[in-house]
Amino acid sequence: MTARVDRIALLAVPGLAYLAVVYALPLLLLLAKSVRTPDGLSLAEYGAFFADDYNMGVLARTLRVAALTTLLALLIAYPTAFAMARARGPWLTVFLVAMVLPMSLGVVVKAFAWSILFRANGFLNTALQGLGIITEPMRMLFTETALVVGAANVFLPFMVLPIYAVVRQMDSRLPEAAASLGASPWFRFFHVTLPLTLPGVVAGSAFTFSMAISMYVIPSLIVGERQQTLSMLIARSFLYLRNEPLGSTISAVLLAIAILVVVSSSVLARRLGARQ
Amino acid sequence: MTQTDRIFRSLSWIIGIGCVIFLMLPIVITVLASFTSSPVYTLPPPEWSLRWYASLDRRSGLWDAVVLSLNLATLSTAISLVLGTLACIAVTRGNFRGREAIATFAVSPLMMPGLVVGVALLQFFREIGLRDAYLSLLLGHIVITLPFVMRTLLASMAAFDFSLIDAARTLGLSYPRAILQVLVPNLAPAYLTSGLFAFLASMDNYPISIFLTDARNKTLPIKMLQYLEEQPDPSLAAMSSGLILLAVIVLVFGARTVGLNRMIQG
Repeated sequence: MTARVDRIALLAVPGLAYLAVVYALPLLLLLAKSVRTPDGLSLAEYGAFFADDYNMGVLARTLRVAALTTLLALLIAYPTAFAMARARGPWLTVFLVAMVLPMSLGVVVKAFAWSILFRANGFLNTALQGLGIITEPMRMLFTETALVVGAANVFLPFMVLPIYAVVRQMDSRLPEAAASLGASPWFRFFHVTLPLTLPGVVAGSAFTFSMAISMYVIPSLIVGERQQTLSMLIARSFLYLRNEPLGSTISAVLLAIAILVVVSSSVLARRLGARQ
Repeated sequence: MTQTDRIFRSLSWIIGIGCVIFLMLPIVITVLASFTSSPVYTLPPPEWSLRWYASLDRRSGLWDAVVLSLNLATLSTAISLVLGTLACIAVTRGNFRGREAIATFAVSPLMMPGLVVGVALLQFFREIGLRDAYLSLLLGHIVITLPFVMRTLLASMAAFDFSLIDAARTLGLSYPRAILQVLVPNLAPAYLTSGLFAFLASMDNYPISIFLTDARNKTLPIKMLQYLEEQPDPSLAAMSSGLILLAVIVLVFGARTVGLNRMIQG
């Protein structure tokens, strides 16, 4: 028996060994590099990074944009997942195609398409002026709002699909049972539906947030160089400034945030799973 | 059903339809822009024309990038499907400690900042003396595709009845053959989904690739961004429309063979 079990475990070795060598090890080396100076171990680089107001501004902007993007995506995705779960026939096809087809349009072209829409003489401004909602062209491109809208657009399928998966598996008789026992719609939502769909919300939000804190192409095309994000700062330090210690330090900060999101979301998911 | 229920339900439909329009907007913009006669992106196009499709003939740099990206996406997805199948069988069937940790670890590259992984790989490859850009890109793209495969296959293998494999083995198939002839066909939708998502993720990866390319090996997203900065004419929209058409064909094929819902949900 032990022999069989051991042999099955061996099947995981190639894939795990691959990720250990070509993913975990390089990241660990990067972390090591950020605390290693010619005179030994030091957190001086981090001290310098966090003492700089500009860097703190970039960090704050990155987190704020990621949080707003996640929130916007969740507000759109949650009701959409319910509509999708009730959709039948051609309607379901429309929803599913809308989730997958945009992925075939690369993020570069997608972000560029948004930058065209947001231009001062672009489609959105012309349409809003035509409808008489605004009289002067509004400044949209290069704003944080434009960035959040564009980013939410790119990440939306990754928020909808996990929620759709749990909504579809949810026993629709549970809210009905609550209703037959006299629970009000609001009570049913907060005590039955929402708790049952929370695992999907956690999975989708964690995924969206972690992609949004590290996005690079979307802000480069929609807000440009003037409003940097952590990823843009990393790219700049490595590709243009050739300042490797700085780049490694910012990378380590971003990595730490990402690991925090992964760990806390998987702990949260396990708790939610255990409760049910 | 009460009044509030009805309001909830209509609201979910309105937002759902809005969401579909929102998601399709960049595709519509790109396709419309590709048929313009103007040398810049203006919407709506002043006149319709196919000139940007014709111009693709002369954009050999873009085509090289398409070929390289297709090549990397296909190879890295294939390798990930093999590695991922083996690892998922181990995690699903094995009886050892840390299986959940292994699953979390194998899926985690999905949520790691791409640029950071790219920088780490660049420094690592330099340290071990790997200078070949193509090989570096391929190794990096397996890190992109493997977690997509693991995520979908883990979920569907958990629901797979492994006694079918035992039955196949009693009937005389070897373990590898039983996996290939029983497990893989049974999980065809999961393989299609994970393969498709992994392929698209590799095709679309910018942040990891940017650190691993050289002058001769530029992947499509990198070439596209460079192209947009140098000469932003609508030939890029024409090329993207071609790729969208390709995706539509794949989706129609997938819908016919396994059904769209099973395909997307794995």
